[in-house]
Amino acid sequence: MDLWFTEKHTDDVNFTIKVKKQLYSGKSYYQEIDVFDTYEFGRVLVLDGFIMLTEKDEYIYHEMVTAVPMAVNPDIKRVLVIGAGDGGTIRELTRYPTIEHIDMVEIDKQVVEVCKEYLPQTACAFDDKRVELFFEDGLKYVRRKHDEYDLIIVDSTDPFGPGEGLFTKEFYGNCFKALTDTGILINQHESTYYDSYVDMVKRTHKRIGSAFPVTMVYQAHIPTYPSGHWLFGFASKNLHPVYDMQAEKWEKFGLKMRYYNTRLHEGCFALPNYVLEVLDNA
Amino acid sequence: MGREQNNAPIYQALKRHLSNRVVRLDVPGHKGGRMNKELRDFLGENCLKVDVNSMKPLDNLCHPVSVIREAEELASEAFGARHTFFIVNGTTAAVQAMVFTACKAGDKIIMPRNVHRSAINALVVCGAVPVYVNPGTNKRLGIPLGMSVKDVEKAIMENPDAKAVLVNNPTYYGVCSDIKKICEIAHAHGMLVLADEAHGTHLYFGDDLPVSAMAAGADMAAVSIHKTGGSLTQSSFLLCGKRISEGYVRQIINLTQTTSGSYLLMVSLDLARKNLFLNGRDMFKKAVDYADYAREEINKIGGYYAFGRELENGDDFFAFDSTKLSVHTRDVGLAGVEVYDILRDDYDIQIEFGDIGNILAIVSAGDRELEIERFISSLGEIKRLYGKDPSGMFDHEYINPQVVLAPQQAFYNDKKSMPIEKSEGMICGEFVMCYPPGIPILAPGERITRDILDYIAYCKEKGCFLTGTEDLEINNINVVV
Repeated sequence: MDLWFTEKHTDDVNFTIKVKKQLYSGKSYYQEIDVFDTYEFGRVLVLDGFIMLTEKDEYIYHEMVTAVPMAVNPDIKRVLVIGAGDGGTIRELTRYPTIEHIDMVEIDKQVVEVCKEYLPQTACAFDDKRVELFFEDGLKYVRRKHDEYDLIIVDSTDPFGPGEGLFTKEFYGNCFKALTDTGILINQHESTYYDSYVDMVKRTHKRIGSAFPVTMVYQAHIPTYPSGHWLFGFASKNLHPVYDMQAEKWEKFGLKMRYYNTRLHEGCFALPNYVLEVLDNA
Repeated sequence: MGREQNNAPIYQALKRHLSNRVVRLDVPGHKGGRMNKELRDFLGENCLKVDVNSMKPLDNLCHPVSVIREAEELASEAFGARHTFFIVNGTTAAVQAMVFTACKAGDKIIMPRNVHRSAINALVVCGAVPVYVNPGTNKRLGIPLGMSVKDVEKAIMENPDAKAVLVNNPTYYGVCSDIKKICEIAHAHGMLVLADEAHGTHLYFGDDLPVSAMAAGADMAAVSIHKTGGSLTQSSFLLCGKRISEGYVRQIINLTQTTSGSYLLMVSLDLARKNLFLNGRDMFKKAVDYADYAREEINKIGGYYAFGRELENGDDFFAFDSTKLSVHTRDVGLAGVEVYDILRDDYDIQIEFGDIGNILAIVSAGDRELEIERFISSLGEIKRLYGKDPSGMFDHEYINPQVVLAPQQAFYNDKKSMPIEKSEGMICGEFVMCYPPGIPILAPGERITRDILDYIAYCKEKGCFLTGTEDLEINNINVVV
């Protein structure tokens, strides 16, 4: 018997993975949650039919949303993570001993519970004593915060579904307010390869730009996301992601990475022309 | 009562009609959408297929004897009315039918001045004469409230020949008068009570909401089911009590009603009634909970005042409709209409209206946490980014009118057009209002005063959408010569 999981990348493009076994299938208040074991990618977390992570390539995403800001400001002490129910971002952050506190706000408790049981590769650091979990809406959480965090990472699902509020202008404005003077905002920024995503990338870039003086975009190669070419946003009140990078100081953490290095850090902000065109027209 | 409420006679008849695959050699000419593929694809096939004309199995709105009649009876039961009319020409048509039923040319009708334009329009058409009761005002919010019972009583005593009292239940802002008491007094003096319940559908179903007009003993009520009851835009109910002749009202309605009543609108009313009866209580509880939560959170931001039942005073603010989410914005240094514009232009949030000092968001069971959170967060951002010192801002919404002529007399009088800023002291020959809410700043027959001209200039400066005058730019105004 052949069992295949298919994710629709566009109306006319499918991405299909052969499944060894379905480990979990359930529906929370917010979304459908599935976990598969696959031959090529190991375990795969799927929300509302979209792949969130696979064991084989999750390190790329999670290193890139954490190491980039940590190299720009290695003195980051207080971090807010929004979304990230799979725990990968938390795992990476807890590798930095200088981080003092991590608040994680995930709307869907069931995702965390499922990941703890089926995805220990990522859901392994929730018990770190610096980590505090809040199960509520990110937009609601952040609007009550002033000048509290050095870094906010928005590790959200796509803008259609429970993550919708995390792509709004008011959310980015509230993040600005919640950040300290050296604060950095990192967000997953979708991709511009397929036309159906372009509008959202533009709108997101524009909205972040309306709240932050520094608004940059960087890229990574994530094989299981649509087109494989994925973007992240780097926004800050004054720090530049390349000119202000403190490579030596970051190297002193002595962390072994599989994707990230400080040379790649410089390079990942150099974007292809077709992406620049989209962002310039935002 | 109740079991029958699972039925939806118009809906069921339309389903039967579709399944019969009747050959369409009648109007509408789009023939179930085949004539206009683009329209059919956009609106959906079913929508075009049930856009049909009156025919025997589907009854006739102008003279209902079968399925529309049954649907009306179910609506009457659900709303506690003696009879219900399905209205497809907007609540405006229902308000006008009430006025035309109660008044002939020259008859007096007692009403608050902060009525919707449709009520004064009805006076222009039929020639009835308004006796205005000045609504109470809240100084801090600058908004007109309901009518005080003693003011209504005074108007009744001074005008014993008046035929009816018209009551907003509630006002746009959610303020209710003591309509029960007003009914008692009006009935004791042989007058009818007409209720404009354009914003009151939910009062018939929710718990712990102000009393509905029918329950209070009113004689007629115009209820915009489409506003908070879930039917399609432009569909309404006209409810009638026991003092009203159903046949006479139907004749009145048929004076101006379309003879091609839309089945899309009618079926939406039929299904809305069923849903309201079966689920209304839960739905409006959800709406009140959302609105209460939003009030609490908005008031924590500071500067904004999302007002609620704490303002009830047993008089001109007799009861508050908690589903209304009205927010006073002046203390943030922004006019309501400025916040309204920023919400739409910068945050993609469309609210119901913004006027000089307030905004109003309509919350219903159709909303989700997301919408409510976005609204609250955006207000916080607007304060952070645009808030300023409120001194020097206009602080009132309501100016007592000086009525010189009856609306019809003024509207049809010889008039001349003149620059609005030079019109002080003249008698206005047309309407001037911000839309929404559509409550006239000037109605035909009223004196144009300096206060009013200043108010209009301020509304223009703040970007209110002014309407009503013949001159679409509102630079000129028609005055009575």
